Amino acid sequence: MITLSNIKKTYNKGEVTALKDISFSVGKGELFGLIGPDGAGKTSLFRILTTLLLPDAGDATVNNFDIRKDYRQIRSSVGYMPGRFSLYQDLTVEENLNFFATVFGTTIKENYDLIKDIYQQIEPFKDRRAGKLSGGMKQKLALSCALIHKPSVLFLDEPTTGVDVVSRKEFWTMLKKLKQEGITILVSTPYMDEANLCDRIALIQKGEILSIDKPDGIIRSFPTDLYAVRGTNTHKLLQNIRNYKDTTTCFAFGDSLHVTLSSDPQTLLTYLHDKGHTDAVIEKTQPTIEDCFIQLLKN
Amino acid sequence: MSSTTAPPVIVTDKLTKRFGQFVACNELTFQVSKGEIFGFLGANGAGKTTAMRMLCGLLKPSSGKAAIAGFDVYTQTEKIKRSIGYMSQKFSLYDDLTVSENIRFYAGIYGMSIPQIKSKTAQLLQELELEKEAKTLVSDLPLGWKQKLSFSVSIVHEPDIVFLDEPTGGVDPVTRRQFWDLIYHAADRGVTIFVTTHYMDEAEYCNRVSIMVDGVIAALDSPTNLKQQFGLDNMEDVFYQLARNAKRKAD
Amino acid sequence: MRQLITFIRKEFLHVFRDRKTLLMLFGLPIAQIILFGFALSSEIKNSKIAITDYSKDPVTEQLINKIASSNYFDIQHTVQSAEQLQSAFKKGDIRMAIVFPANFSNDLTHTGKATIQVIADASDPNQATTITNYITRLINDFNTQSTLNAGLPLQIVPEMQFLYNPELRGAPNFVPGVMALVLMLVCTMMTSVAIVKEKELGTMEILLVSPFKPIYIIISKLAPNLLISLVNLFIILVLSAVFLDLHVKGSLLLLVFDSTLFILTSLSIGLLLSINARTQQAAMMASLMGMMLPTMLLTGFLFPIENMPLPMQMLSNLVPSRWYFIIVKRVMLKGLGFSAVWKETLILTGMSLLLFTISLRRFKIRLQ
Repeated sequence: MITLSNIKKTYNKGEVTALKDISFSVGKGELFGLIGPDGAGKTSLFRILTTLLLPDAGDATVNNFDIRKDYRQIRSSVGYMPGRFSLYQDLTVEENLNFFATVFGTTIKENYDLIKDIYQQIEPFKDRRAGKLSGGMKQKLALSCALIHKPSVLFLDEPTTGVDVVSRKEFWTMLKKLKQEGITILVSTPYMDEANLCDRIALIQKGEILSIDKPDGIIRSFPTDLYAVRGTNTHKLLQNIRNYKDTTTCFAFGDSLHVTLSSDPQTLLTYLHDKGHTDAVIEKTQPTIEDCFIQLLKN
Repeated sequence: MSSTTAPPVIVTDKLTKRFGQFVACNELTFQVSKGEIFGFLGANGAGKTTAMRMLCGLLKPSSGKAAIAGFDVYTQTEKIKRSIGYMSQKFSLYDDLTVSENIRFYAGIYGMSIPQIKSKTAQLLQELELEKEAKTLVSDLPLGWKQKLSFSVSIVHEPDIVFLDEPTGGVDPVTRRQFWDLIYHAADRGVTIFVTTHYMDEAEYCNRVSIMVDGVIAALDSPTNLKQQFGLDNMEDVFYQLARNAKRKAD
Repeated sequence: MRQLITFIRKEFLHVFRDRKTLLMLFGLPIAQIILFGFALSSEIKNSKIAITDYSKDPVTEQLINKIASSNYFDIQHTVQSAEQLQSAFKKGDIRMAIVFPANFSNDLTHTGKATIQVIADASDPNQATTITNYITRLINDFNTQSTLNAGLPLQIVPEMQFLYNPELRGAPNFVPGVMALVLMLVCTMMTSVAIVKEKELGTMEILLVSPFKPIYIIISKLAPNLLISLVNLFIILVLSAVFLDLHVKGSLLLLVFDSTLFILTSLSIGLLLSINARTQQAAMMASLMGMMLPTMLLTGFLFPIENMPLPMQMLSNLVPSRWYFIIVKRVMLKGLGFSAVWKETLILTGMSLLLFTISLRRFKIRLQ
């Protein structure tokens, strides 16, 4: 459905490299996540795939259409939700939806079933101007507008950024339902925890892909054992573990510290007890996507 | 870490803000101790931003009392502004000034003397390992460095409290943790940290966390106690539990 | 105090690092001095005039020679008869005509006093006043000199007639000028801002990634502005008629047709400006700075174009409002028909087609 080979993109006459050499593909009906922080190149990638930007080098296809030559076909068949949910602020919810339906040569009625679950949540506000909606509601409206013409591929650029936790969860539930309709979805997000909700993910940082796989595949490829250390004085624990000679890495993860060692964990525990952390516990733990990301960054 | 013997740096008593009929903040009552890392969480529209503005002396409360670093929010806002630092994602450094120019500017604005500014600039550059970038325009710095510099600049005048408004949005995981290292450093030096964030793992780094829902503080305790109280094992679930039934989901 | 200095220092840094603003801050005064000092003047030299001599005597010959040798006037010898004069005035080929009546020398010999007719095109009353002042001075000069030479008092009295605007009101000149200026500015600004706003909001991205053809985007941006400009036009015409007693002497239909052409040209310019502007502010600045100055200076209603140095005259040919100004004056004030303005209409048509095609070509279907 979507293929990229050796895509390269620079800005400012080559001064800034946004994408170095990107190659991957997304299968039909897949929910594919592009995970990476700001500046990783996610938006540039989206803009190239939606034919808004031309890459400096490399090829890409969407639905077997070439992004350079067949841009018109691509533009008629995909749904796109750019960052910041671009909506017409002074048009109402219904007017926005109507407009986008018309632009794609369809009507709200025609594909209503597809957006029903999403749209029903904002339908009570259909006469409110888009500019006066909350972040979560704008998100739902923007998604509806992107879906209204029943696209075969959906591009969502950071749809959950800046939106509250509850709306974020609801959004991913909606995406799972859309997947069942057979729509191929490419989503980007800076939130590592959302990676687990995708079929496959690509970890991207500074224009390079660090890893592509199913979420549990990436987790399984973590090179060493990972230990979680817990204790009452987390901050002091962090400092002590960092100073310990056999610590390879130590990072804070909420109320525990994720540590990789060059020796066995028992010796670390003894060391910590000596330092006064009498209630410290160490146990082997499964890495999260974030752990993997950090690990890959080091290389 | 927190010191229970020193007087609290933030004290509020039924702090309320009304906009016409709408009650943005409803009788907020809490205290923050010196050197504490206090997480101020809440969904969008819960009233967080309004509350923070009142505490910074930018917005006058409708009723209730509050004192920041011992200064009253109604009558001594100028003294408050001089005792606090502020950093947010939106407000940060001037892109068309260099690193050292930004430091010099903010230090000057906070009233530091010239020799103080000089030594502080050198100190900051060294701590952040930005000595080579002293004359680089901020716009040319990577995002992570900008955030760290932003934070350091916000405490350049060694305030009693620093307010951080979602300082780590969109930053990569390693830089996020480096940022929190800086926060810990500052807290160790006795600076009180008042931080809001959307990252629930960062909530765990705080000494205590408050969660605002529909204009009131629905929970306030250490992360450990909150998890115990709700019978959940991470802050994200605690937050979700409280926020899902919120009536207000406005921006 | 130190805080104030710190802040001021920062503001200076901001200003000096913004190269575009600097260019404007320093470039503009310099450009203006050069323009106003050297290129623009309100002195009118080499005005095209016609002289018809029905008397043909030595005195008229002398006077005509004096006029010919003055560098204020450029005599068009081919314009002689009354019809030729009328036609020349209508087309704007001459600004002034001097007619020596048949009994000129008779009157002069017998009474020492004679009148000559001076007819001036007063559609630009300032210019008319200036030129008639020149000729009056010249005639008085001639009077004084001849008196000294011949010993006889000689009084040639010019009788002024002001065509198209006998009361020398300012309105007939500035209303067409204002029309051109307002339509030009509003159209370019409104269009460029409307398009750039879409870019700024991010909705342009969504529009592009859709089957909606770019040309439809352009047409839909131009359409409301076209309508509003026409309404503006009518408001100006009605206000001029009611408050300034200035009516459209010629065909209203022709005026509206040519105005629509001009509006389309201005809209296309707005379209072109929007292509490279990234913010609404930049678009507005480009419209104001880029269009206001040339329009004000080179349309011809504030400063006569014929007196500008040649390169500027050639430049003024590129300014659409210059041609529109001519059309409006001829249709509105002189009541002329299509035959008098076909050339200018053709030029405007050509300009709008060219600009529209260029902007359509350059309209970015991609973001970069």
